[in-house]
Amino acid sequence: MSNDIRIKRGLTLRLKGEAEKTVVDAPRSKTYAIKPPDFHAVMPKMVLKEGAKVQAGDELFFSKYTPEIRFTSPVSGTLLEIKRGEKRRIMEVIVEADANDSFREFGKLDPSSDVEVLKERLLESGCWAFINQRPYDIIADPKDTPKAIFVSAMNTAPLSADVEFILQDKMDAFQAGINALSNLTPGKVHVSIAKGKGEAFKGLKNAEIHQVSGPHPAANVGVQIHKVDPINMGEFVWTVKPEDVAIIGELLLTGKYNAQRTVAVTGSEAKDRKYFRTKIGANVSDLIGKVDDDQVRIISGDVLTGTKIGNGQYLGFFPNELTLIPEGNKYRVFGWMPFTYNNIPSNSRTSLSWLFPKKKYEVNTNLHGEERAFVVTGEMEEVMPMDIYPMQLVKACMAADIEKMENLGIYEVAPEDFALVEYVNTSKIEIQEIIRLGLDLMITEVG
Amino acid sequence: MEWIRQKLDKFKKPFAKGEKLEKYSPAYNAIDTFLFTPNHTTRKGAHIRDAVDLKRVMITVVLALLPVLLFSMWNTGYQYLKQVQPEVDFWEAFGHGAMEILPMIVVSYAVGLGIEFAFAIFRGHDVNEGYLVTGLLIPMIMPVGLPLWMLAISVVFAVIIGKEAFGGTGMNILNPALTARAFAFFAYPTYMSGNGVWVMNASDLDAVSGETILGSLAAGQEISYETMDMFMGVIPGSVSETSAALIILGALFLILTKVGSWRIILSSLIGAVVMGLIFNALPALGVEGNMLTNFPWYNHLLVGGLMFGIVYMATDPVSASQTTKGKWIYGFLIGFLSVMIRVFNPAYPEGVMLAILLMNVFAPTIDHYVISANIKRRVKRKKEGINPQVKTVV
Repeated sequence: MSNDIRIKRGLTLRLKGEAEKTVVDAPRSKTYAIKPPDFHAVMPKMVLKEGAKVQAGDELFFSKYTPEIRFTSPVSGTLLEIKRGEKRRIMEVIVEADANDSFREFGKLDPSSDVEVLKERLLESGCWAFINQRPYDIIADPKDTPKAIFVSAMNTAPLSADVEFILQDKMDAFQAGINALSNLTPGKVHVSIAKGKGEAFKGLKNAEIHQVSGPHPAANVGVQIHKVDPINMGEFVWTVKPEDVAIIGELLLTGKYNAQRTVAVTGSEAKDRKYFRTKIGANVSDLIGKVDDDQVRIISGDVLTGTKIGNGQYLGFFPNELTLIPEGNKYRVFGWMPFTYNNIPSNSRTSLSWLFPKKKYEVNTNLHGEERAFVVTGEMEEVMPMDIYPMQLVKACMAADIEKMENLGIYEVAPEDFALVEYVNTSKIEIQEIIRLGLDLMITEVG
Repeated sequence: MEWIRQKLDKFKKPFAKGEKLEKYSPAYNAIDTFLFTPNHTTRKGAHIRDAVDLKRVMITVVLALLPVLLFSMWNTGYQYLKQVQPEVDFWEAFGHGAMEILPMIVVSYAVGLGIEFAFAIFRGHDVNEGYLVTGLLIPMIMPVGLPLWMLAISVVFAVIIGKEAFGGTGMNILNPALTARAFAFFAYPTYMSGNGVWVMNASDLDAVSGETILGSLAAGQEISYETMDMFMGVIPGSVSETSAALIILGALFLILTKVGSWRIILSSLIGAVVMGLIFNALPALGVEGNMLTNFPWYNHLLVGGLMFGIVYMATDPVSASQTTKGKWIYGFLIGFLSVMIRVFNPAYPEGVMLAILLMNVFAPTIDHYVISANIKRRVKRKKEGINPQVKTVV
């Protein structure tokens, strides 16, 4: 029995603009923001009013239907603004930062303490928001007990941050975080690392290490769960991102919620491509300055799953990347002609780009076509390394056929697992959104 | 180019949302997006997208059809001229054939695209590109002498009943091009089979030797063609079905570009070979057989529309099986049934059309059973509580 996971189907996109492996401290932002839309299915309920003083780790809002789950300020300062969108939905909770952080003292805690005490500490410090649950890809319910916890300490997405590099001087905190996680599940904590790399993780305790090889989406935690311990109906698996494990660990070791986020600024349009040490929810202007956002797409996250943000907006809660690529709002003459425009990467052989497997591409956001009905078959399976029929599952989601979705494996997937499927799709259908809506339907109908 | 773009942008204005001609925007968009891939950018989900789109895929199939089409223009002229004069000039033959075939293509595209545009405007969606291929396939699989009005009616039937009635491109159950042929076959049988229809202007000739090979065999006559003729395609038949050599070239192009499923093509060939071998083995088993059963299996692959059908029609992704395993089963049965229908049913000397249409109908059933296996694995996993914990290579 081997713990290795080998992925064959998938697609590694080589893009221009990788971040240089140096870390610098980003200048402290004037304002930071926590964005409730980052937490899917959470209905935020504010506890503070605008103008209130907060310390790092003080509660800002909680989840209306699971009030134990609280969301805290990453910095100390003043609650500046609660920005609302349509139907008064809270979009951003903006905190004006003090010159230096003062932390709320939670006190040290042994990761192996009583589970309830540990859970309460994670909840009150806002660290619970880092723990994600499969199925449904939402924040975990503290009342559940997961059968296993997965941490993917690697990245294969295009231009994604190097996890080992980010964690290089946080390994103690990471180990403490893993210890805490192993306390939360009767099962195992699975940590996956890239095969041939990840020396730093070799000595990790209280976790089972999996060496993963293969193209993207090999590093997607969903793929690893599917290979190691697939989710059946009624089971829960939790997942935590690697830097968040370290934040949890640091909370237990020092008693402080230090929401430090190392962000790789990448993409062909980024000028200063390196890793920045900043805080969760930092203002992106402090990392990239002002860019012309008609011509440049600013993505909080990677190019396949990230969120579009504008100048002067804020980093998302989870991602370790800030990607800048050119907007593709230009026409192309006779774009349908096969074997032309080979500078656009393509998984299809109607372009010659497959002849240059080593070439790095500069990509833009053009859709390269228009939305059509599903016609081409077989292309989705090529980039889907799970024992799941992607097209059939997507169609079941579109038809809102709950029984079929269940049968075809909706519990095992998250929208990010379909990012590549969406990328290669000839008919340009918004597949990640379809899966998200399918999962939302399951939450309301099955729960 | 910039100048054309500016003109188009100006021309586009009345078609925009809320303007006078908004209803007709699908028709305008079809032309605009043909000239320029639009400047749409991603809004949700993946921020970058693959360079491929449906237009590219369909044009690739058209490219794969071109060599066969050009050859058939020559062959059509040649089959006619060789019966009226001793020497046939290459260009003369090509010219004669082109004059016969081009009007068929024009009629097919004009009628079919007209209906597609009308439905797009009526339903308010963009024009799908599927008909680019269908519209070229239909004239290529008809007998050369088919009156143009019959061709037009077949196209109308195929597009409206075969495709739009089911919801348009991507939703049809039967291959639209074969639907057109099947319609013509049953509605106008005298124009679709027999001795006289495979050579142009046959009625003007005194005595025609224009039987297809399968037709001759079914009638129990000796055939006068060598295997090499069948391979190259210098034989009478439907417009473009004759040249196995160029169809194989097209197949290689489709497989290399991954537009056509190599699984379907290969498994269909295997199916046809298996059936052919079974029939060829009959004499050894003490059954006498007839001209058709004793026709060598490799010749079965070369004559009739089998090769053309499995390369260009069976691979139609919409009407074929959608799962990988399903494609193997679907293809195998097409080849197997084609040869079986040929041999057993003297009313239909060529079986590939009916075999593909039959398997089109059964493709969803095949997929259903393939997917059921996947569902059963999932149920079993839950029941037995197996924790794989092993490397599973997919």
